[in-house]
Amino acid sequence: MRTFYTLLSREVRSYFQSPIAYVVMIFFLLITGIDFYFQVSFMNQRQVQYTVQEAFFNSVFFWFAFVLIFPLITMRLFAEEFKLGTIEPLMTAPVRDWQVVLSKFFGALVFYLILWIPTVLYFAIFLKITHQPAAHSSGAYWGSYLMLLLLGMFYLSIGCLTSVLTRNQIIAAIISFCAITLLFFIGLVQFILLDVSSATRDFLGYFSAIEHMGTFSRGVIDTRPIVLYLSMTIVVLTLTYQVFQSRKWRL
Amino acid sequence: MIKVENLTKRYAGQPAIQDLNFEVGKGEIMGFLGPNGAGKTTTMRILASFMPPTSGRASVAGYDVFEQSLQARAHLGYMPENVPLYTDMRVTEYLDYRAALKGVHHRRVRERVGDVKELCGLKEVEHKVIGTLSKGYRQRVGLADALLHEPDLLILDEPTIGLDPNQIRQVRELIKNLGKQHTILLSTHILPEVEMTCSRVIIIHKGRIEACDTPENLLGKIRQAGGVVLEAKVGTDDGAEQLTKISGIRDVIVDADGDWKIFSLRVESGVDIREAIFRLATERHWTVRELTQRRATLEDVFVELTHPDVV
Repeated sequence: MRTFYTLLSREVRSYFQSPIAYVVMIFFLLITGIDFYFQVSFMNQRQVQYTVQEAFFNSVFFWFAFVLIFPLITMRLFAEEFKLGTIEPLMTAPVRDWQVVLSKFFGALVFYLILWIPTVLYFAIFLKITHQPAAHSSGAYWGSYLMLLLLGMFYLSIGCLTSVLTRNQIIAAIISFCAITLLFFIGLVQFILLDVSSATRDFLGYFSAIEHMGTFSRGVIDTRPIVLYLSMTIVVLTLTYQVFQSRKWRL
Repeated sequence: MIKVENLTKRYAGQPAIQDLNFEVGKGEIMGFLGPNGAGKTTTMRILASFMPPTSGRASVAGYDVFEQSLQARAHLGYMPENVPLYTDMRVTEYLDYRAALKGVHHRRVRERVGDVKELCGLKEVEHKVIGTLSKGYRQRVGLADALLHEPDLLILDEPTIGLDPNQIRQVRELIKNLGKQHTILLSTHILPEVEMTCSRVIIIHKGRIEACDTPENLLGKIRQAGGVVLEAKVGTDDGAEQLTKISGIRDVIVDADGDWKIFSLRVESGVDIREAIFRLATERHWTVRELTQRRATLEDVFVELTHPDVV
């Protein structure tokens, strides 16, 4: 357990020792800040059927930033170690392969969660200034952040997998960006294909991140996406572990 | 401490090492020599559990490097070639991290890190970012890292590569001192270093062991053990003609320095022909200003074993 904790703390710290973390944070703050500002000023001008918090988590800005941060967070995880050769001292220390894989995944997850902390402030500021809550109930907050966690775990695991496949960070970033974008758009296919049966449409809807975020940010906690994302994360991390182990035989 | 049996590793069908067999006993300093691409790094990586062999077995401190890899790694300090390090970390921070990773008890981390910094001369750079350090200091960080958990065995892959002569001397001293408590397997290209530090030497060539013995025995074994240099005024004599008649001389190379002739003689091993030369010189009334025997070095052994055409 101590080995895992040591590895994890290095992973988290390593984000803040490289400029990538600060660039990602600034980019992310900028986009989410603009998002929040737009939603609030839009509502100032007309009557709408949704809350500020719902609009914030379902806007184009949000999804744009969302899809883009995962490759940036995960591309260096394994690729950099392979490139610099630091994998050699790492793997000749008494550590297990799964400890390394999980520490990298959870390290990325911790950094990802840190990125979201400032957004909590937006809602607090909104309440302080307008004396109105940004959402109908606390369940809406819990739902939104739970969905952020679930989607984050799934997409970060994809990033881990693409990073373990190559020693080139750019390649890792491009592959994971494509994979995440495709997965994201599967949910939108139902709006594009008009001549398919409603069963197909429903089926595709099960994979729609947009739809899941929509329901969760209204405070409706549906168990189906929870099972989907948790199980997919486990599957992809298992694959990552297998690829990571296979390096010994490919050398 | 190390036991290697029939160790073979192939990369995509190409053998990198073939049927290696050797043992390193407790307290030995074993030198591992060979030309580039001979399979030194491959062997060391297998011993450090970084990759598995294609066939054969290897064990470190009694633990099989593949089946009991975790225990084997816990008993071993490994310094990879070119010492890859996390360049964004500071020296002390890196060593603290490595100590924890290697299972040094948390109460002893500070003490151990302090000790290895002292030993490897890292005190003056302890707060610096590794990326800004010179090659010599990085090498020392790698060595400090290998020593952190007080391993029984050290495997050092080219510990002195890229260092200046002063640094090489320091590292050599350090290795010599470490050899008092640790078993060491080190690979290098610098042959005088091996002669000075190692108790035994393995010479590996094209993936096979060519020789495994003490440096002294290796020197005794080779066909041509050094040579003799003679500088003399030979008058009307040819010199070379008379010299080649002495038994034990393999060939003569002649150079001239004004009136003086310089003869470089290559001789068979185990014979001292200086006396015979002296007698020849007095007989022919040569004026001699130098008669010296050049001792064979490990370099001669190395060249003879790995590049027979040159000899």
